[in-house]
Amino acid sequence: MRTVDVEIPSDIGQIERVVDLVQRECAELAYAPRQVSLNVPVALSEALSNAILRGNGEDPEKQVRVRARVDDRELVVEVEDEGEGFDLTECTSHDPTCPENLENEQGRGLFLMQRLMDCVERKRSPEGGGNIVRMTLRRAS
Amino acid sequence: MSFSIKKEGEVVVVDVEGQLIVGNRQELKQKVLDELEKGEKRFLIDFSQTGYIDSSGLGVLVSLSKKIREQGGELRLANLNDDLKTLFELTKLDTLFQIADTRERALGSF
Repeated sequence: MRTVDVEIPSDIGQIERVVDLVQRECAELAYAPRQVSLNVPVALSEALSNAILRGNGEDPEKQVRVRARVDDRELVVEVEDEGEGFDLTECTSHDPTCPENLENEQGRGLFLMQRLMDCVERKRSPEGGGNIVRMTLRRAS
Repeated sequence: MSFSIKKEGEVVVVDVEGQLIVGNRQELKQKVLDELEKGEKRFLIDFSQTGYIDSSGLGVLVSLSKKIREQGGELRLANLNDDLKTLFELTKLDTLFQIADTRERALGSF
């Protein structure tokens, strides 16, 4: 099993570096090329930008923590911010693929996370104060 | 990640190198809007050197498409790899954009 555990400031410029770290671990464990080049980077980018922009409001004093556990069965990645959290069901009831929503600039982030990962859950941090999005992707080879 | 812009005939061609994500989407938007402001009408965005695109990147493409259309112009996309095609299909944005397999076909379609 391989792990990634990093804490980053609320800066969208940090997203690519973190995504790259997790992508590399999945590639090392021979996850399917499509998972390494599409599912993992897009879903993780979405979770990180939500945490930085919405969760922490880009407050430089607030941190985002990313914990990923990768083995030959699945990737489990948790993105924790210091925000109030959100109702996942409410946020995902909006369908960005409806003709009336197709030309909206926003509203595809959570939709993509759910389509590209096998499971997306939200919970409060057990340490209190934080909001955690946990995503699971079963390894395909 | 960077964007390069050049003119091929009457078409402004933008190459997206690396990712198109929340961190750089505004740069792409501004570069295209600057060209639109100068009076350019035909735009092609080439993704042959692109890694992945997030929802913010997709959102900027949607926004640019609308703005270009409002000014009487046209936007085409070209060279989406299989991952990017999947992304456009998942979001049904493949129904919104004119997407060509190659740059040459896209240029010839204006």
